[in-house]
Amino acid sequence: MNIYILYPEITVLLLTLLIVIMDLLLPVQETRRSLAYIAVMVLGCLFISLFYQYHFGISPYFYNKLFYFDNYAIFFKQLFLLAVIFTIMLSLDYADDLRYSGEYYAMLLFSLLGMMVLASANDFVTMFIGLELMTISFYILAAFKNNDENSSEAGIKYLIMGSVATAVTLYGISLIYGAGHSLDFNVLAAETRFFVPLMLTGIVLLIIGMFFKLSIMPFHMWSPDVYEGAPTPITGLLAMGSKAAAIAVFIRILFVAFLHTANYFLPVLAVFAAICMIGGNIAAIKQKNIKRMLAYSSIAQVGYILVGFCAASPQGIKSVLFYVFLYIVANIGAFAVLTVVDKQNKGTDDKAIAGLSKSAPLLAMVMTISLLSMAGIPPTVGFVGKLYLFLAVVEQGYIWLAFIGFIMSMISVYYYLRVVKVMYIGKANNDYINVSAAIKITVIISMLTTLLLGIWPQYLSVLTNFAAISFAL
Amino acid sequence: MHVGLTQVLILSALLFCIGLYGILVKRNLFAILMCIEIMLNAVNINFAAFNYFLPMPDLSGQVMMIFSITVAAAEVAVGLAIIFKIYHDFKTVNIDKINNMKG
Repeated sequence: MNIYILYPEITVLLLTLLIVIMDLLLPVQETRRSLAYIAVMVLGCLFISLFYQYHFGISPYFYNKLFYFDNYAIFFKQLFLLAVIFTIMLSLDYADDLRYSGEYYAMLLFSLLGMMVLASANDFVTMFIGLELMTISFYILAAFKNNDENSSEAGIKYLIMGSVATAVTLYGISLIYGAGHSLDFNVLAAETRFFVPLMLTGIVLLIIGMFFKLSIMPFHMWSPDVYEGAPTPITGLLAMGSKAAAIAVFIRILFVAFLHTANYFLPVLAVFAAICMIGGNIAAIKQKNIKRMLAYSSIAQVGYILVGFCAASPQGIKSVLFYVFLYIVANIGAFAVLTVVDKQNKGTDDKAIAGLSKSAPLLAMVMTISLLSMAGIPPTVGFVGKLYLFLAVVEQGYIWLAFIGFIMSMISVYYYLRVVKVMYIGKANNDYINVSAAIKITVIISMLTTLLLGIWPQYLSVLTNFAAISFAL
Repeated sequence: MHVGLTQVLILSALLFCIGLYGILVKRNLFAILMCIEIMLNAVNINFAAFNYFLPMPDLSGQVMMIFSITVAAAEVAVGLAIIFKIYHDFKTVNIDKINNMKG
């Protein structure tokens, strides 16, 4: 029992409880910004301390292999910390309008705790607890805006679809338990009776449930509505954190627990990746609301990430980690801009964002760079990410998949640049937008990371390589 | 009649299908929440049955069942709170009337 490997989770839990208690002690009329500042500082220290936890050699387990603290888990924990730190920073102004802003920050941290548990899950029990802690916090956050019909609608739609997905996943896990006689990923990996009907049904149900959580194309119905209705910073965290966490555990399930069946499910994943890339990009073209457009574009982005799964090699996993990182950084920039626009222009459609280059030139520039990074245009890191993904998958012989990805990236440039056109050519209805210091810091960090890693990708590449060798592929 | 693993599994599969069918046809949010509960309880029966009838090395199935019951309770608590908010905003709990967002 080496309890020290739980220290990131314990720190986050204590911080969350502290914020809940402080929220009760502070006078009602007091702003809750102080709590957010404490949270950002503690999470920042935790983020830096995790750099010292990367290790060579054997990674420690906790409690009978329920919890695994390898480099891969550390990398994802850092990603989630980054996503939540910036979500708190960009919702400072936004949360002041909410009625219970202290609880808003507490819920953000509870979802962070769920994601961090999910990154380390090495057993279906841990995976289930992490997944539910994350999603239940998100149900609450999606419905958080008071007197807003769209927010309530987003909450209930997310709750119903999410619970059905949970039930399907759990049913799959129970069948896997019946056939494999264990819930431990390592024990299941040693299992040879994969081709009994019970096991196959279980795996299919589990993968369908995970597809729901990842909003892969035929199972994506909930995501555009939830993304549109949820408060804007939460939409950002849904797109970054919840997707990255589901990807983290999905990789572990596929390439640790069911490694021996990989040859059979990879072609299926390739087909779903193609459907996602084609469907997501085409559906995004006709969207007028930017949040909704980003929802469809995130479906397409998950398609690109699935391309990396199909490679099923250390290069493939490495490119997935690289792409998840750049996707989070680009989304931080885009949603920081959208949050400001949503608060001051009351909306996130074309009308609200028109003429942003005059009212807030910095925001327009960051939005442009973030969108170009998502589209994969060369000076940004998005180009390098797509290059790694397609190189890894072409090495494994899926040339058609790389070809579809390439064509669809070209199509995606159209709707990303349409937003840029509206920002730079459209006529502003509000000629001054006030940008707070926290938002400025957030967007500048996001922009610099996107550009600098695009020019010198090798630093991130070394880190992702290091994290990806945890897998015995 | 002898009750073995097969009968219990059929029961749980039936319960799961009833829950899924209910979610698809019911229009009242409370009924949908109850159907989700039925689906989760079907899973609990599965875990308990596998753990009881098969030669398992440990009790992980029952542990998982306890966690799943806890999570289901949390989910229902959040669900009821959101339905309350829905009723406050829309003055109805019929899911067909709750469709502001389309596309």
